[in-house]
Amino acid sequence: MTAPETLLQVEDLRVSFATEEGVVRAVDGITFTVQAGEVLAIVGESGSGKSVSVMTLMGLTRGQNARFEGKAMFDGRDLIAASDAELRKVRGAAIAMVFQDPMSSLDPVYRIGAQIIEQIRVHEPKVSKAQALDRAVDLMERVGIPRARDRVRSYPHEFSGGMRQRVMIAMALANSPKLLIADEPTTALAVPIQAQILDELRRLRDQTGAGIILVTHDLGVVADIADRIAVMYAGRIVEQGTLEDLFYDPQHPYTWGLLGSITRVDRNRAGKLPAIPGQPPSLLAPPEGCHFRPRCPHAFDRCTELPELVSRLPEAPEHPDRCWLEPERKRTLRQVGDQIGLATGETVIS
Amino acid sequence: MSNAAPTIEQPPPRDGSPLLDVEHVRVLFPVKSGTLIDRKVGAVHAVDDVSLQLREGETLGIVGESGCGKTTLIRTIARLIDATSGAIHFRGQDITKAGRRELQPVRREVQMVFQDPQASLNPRKRVGQILTTPLRLRKIPRDRLESESRQLLTRVGLHPEHLNRYPHEFSGGQRQRIGVARALALDPRLILLDEPVSALDVSIQAQVINLLDELQDALQLSYIFVAHDLSVVRHVSDRIAVMYLGKLMEISPAEALYTKPIHPYTSALLAAIPIPDPHENRSRTRPLVSGEPPNPIHPPSGCRFHTRCPRATEVCRTVEPQLTEYSGGHLAACHHPQHVSAQEIERATRSPASPLTAGDQAPAG
Ligand SMILES: Nc1ncnc2c1ncn2[C@@H]1O[C@H](COP(=O)(O)OP(=O)(O)O)[C@@H](O)[C@H]1O
Ligand SMILES: Nc1ncnc2c1ncn2[C@@H]1O[C@H](COP(=O)(O)OP(=O)(O)O)[C@@H](O)[C@H]1O
Ligand code: SF4
Ligand code: SF4
Ligand SMILES: [Mg+2]
Ligand SMILES: [Mg+2]
Repeated sequence: MTAPETLLQVEDLRVSFATEEGVVRAVDGITFTVQAGEVLAIVGESGSGKSVSVMTLMGLTRGQNARFEGKAMFDGRDLIAASDAELRKVRGAAIAMVFQDPMSSLDPVYRIGAQIIEQIRVHEPKVSKAQALDRAVDLMERVGIPRARDRVRSYPHEFSGGMRQRVMIAMALANSPKLLIADEPTTALAVPIQAQILDELRRLRDQTGAGIILVTHDLGVVADIADRIAVMYAGRIVEQGTLEDLFYDPQHPYTWGLLGSITRVDRNRAGKLPAIPGQPPSLLAPPEGCHFRPRCPHAFDRCTELPELVSRLPEAPEHPDRCWLEPERKRTLRQVGDQIGLATGETVIS
Repeated sequence: MSNAAPTIEQPPPRDGSPLLDVEHVRVLFPVKSGTLIDRKVGAVHAVDDVSLQLREGETLGIVGESGCGKTTLIRTIARLIDATSGAIHFRGQDITKAGRRELQPVRREVQMVFQDPQASLNPRKRVGQILTTPLRLRKIPRDRLESESRQLLTRVGLHPEHLNRYPHEFSGGQRQRIGVARALALDPRLILLDEPVSALDVSIQAQVINLLDELQDALQLSYIFVAHDLSVVRHVSDRIAVMYLGKLMEISPAEALYTKPIHPYTSALLAAIPIPDPHENRSRTRPLVSGEPPNPIHPPSGCRFHTRCPRATEVCRTVEPQLTEYSGGHLAACHHPQHVSAQEIERATRSPASPLTAGDQAPAG
């Protein structure tokens, strides 16, 4: 096997928005890479900065009130510094995106086929309409849309939510992207349809070797499809590692809390669920030091300083986290297995 | 059902008689076409002959893909929608056609909590006002309204000082707590929870689930808990009902549904949920169902699931399966049940909850 090719390298990316109430630090220094052929899952609660992070890579958060710092290298080009014109060329071609709500990216007044053909021809003007039509049908079949030859003539509203999401994936595939960004692609779908869409994403990765960034809040989805995981909390990555690392040797108390509070279909978890107390901080005035401090049952003096995202595990240099606790201490604090999670299950609201 | 006139005092039901009894309830929504002349062209079979009971203090989970009729069913129980046919009894009283006056005490005892706390709270009212409206209905004296409201907020884990805030000043999880406090203000016996945690983050979901659990114990509440997947309901339910296209597919004590799903649709729902544990997730075999639920205006003949079911045979396409009662109070509507032995099938009986249009064929393995 050859060494994996690094597709994307994000370094200390920061995004803030000036608002009437003050500056929102939506993304506060995140660093990660995506390799060809892998699925990187970004997980975290709503408002933690997942969407802003990935939309920024596509230039979709650019606006009067937005400020950016850091780099995102893709194909020898810094996506953060790139001009709008350069980004337009990359967007939809080398990097494609699938959103939670397909209707937000489909035009209701054009037929599905016409929209896929347009997508192909914008980036490959030499392709004839007839050729593009054949490719559109082929793409629709690939993502599991039955009777594709007839259904190219349908309008978006004639499709169910699941079928629209397949159309979005077909469009994303139209120009053979190297990197696919999927932001909560299955959140709005019924569970059986969600499983079908995840299957399509897996097939896409295996057949084309594309890298995928999957944004989700669902740890079941993560366990099902991710190779690596970045856990975000209040604008920062608090832990990063392989699927094994995160599920079976989690280092950050927030990750413990997430794993602990989920209900499982395969387990009868009688009694109280170990909920994370409180709620995420406002990004206008986040707490000093570790952002998780006000909710963390293990916080101590040092936590008012910001811990770096570094590995504290000699045996796992690729498994960094942002927590001051010594690894030994963590092992005694955290309960592993079915009981994984925070030791206390109190419900405190402030 | 007893024909005794409803008593004014509403005594607790005798042992064994359910708090809620839903019998063969159907709700059809007419579909009209034409702009000048309203022409009825068909109907959405939102709830199509569903029967179920709820005992005092019990939690019944209701699960199924979106559009299968869960919300319509509980709104019908709350009498926010009229049943097209069938009957609903609450504490033995037939409330199916009860008028405003008769309904008043029932309205108080049966409360709803909605999926979207944002949309269900009036944005222009302070929390205090949101809570005092139902308290007044309960004839709480003026001078006690504020202290009662404060107590309610404390009860659901919010600060009593937040009485003067507006809904938008709270997070999603806190708004759902306000929704629960509003339901509690009427001192209900039964709370119908329509996907109460679906819109919340997992860590907040756990908080709200724990709260509902505590309240149930403290106040002896009964719940119907609607969810779109089978993981949350496992944690909260005593029994679980699985719906598909307006019909009941399976209903059983909670544990048995997971360890011994009899209906192929239940298995499909279970298989579709990824387990948040990579090793265990990988070691499962997961037969996924293909396709999507058909149009509820023209539901499939026979068993509604036959267009997607891996076990379907000819009889499934033509005969609607009866609800068969297996041992342990486990009911399933399927011609080819799974996880039951020949003897269990032999001993099983046709449930009176079977749809009126169901055939009388006994299931065959
Ligand atoms: N254009 C914007 N102006 C101001 N604040 C924004 C803007 N876009 C996003 N935010 C804020 O940034 C934070 C992170 O949002 P987002 O990335 O959407 O979270 P997630 O996807 O993790 O739920 C939120 O607090 C959100 O309100
Ligand atoms: N007021 C209404 N008029 C017409 N159709 C409706 C109405 N309410 C719900 N429906 C339809 O009834 C079916 C069941 O809907 P619902 O009870 O909301 O399902 P669920 O809560 O399981 O998602 C769906 O096909 C829905 O479109
Ligand atoms: S740094 Fe401190 S507050 Fe933050 S997670 Fe670690 S122990 Fe908790
Ligand atoms: S009755 Fe037939 S089609 Fe319906 S669930 Fe059972 S086996 Fe499948
Ligand atoms: Mg988002
Ligand atoms: Mg609903």
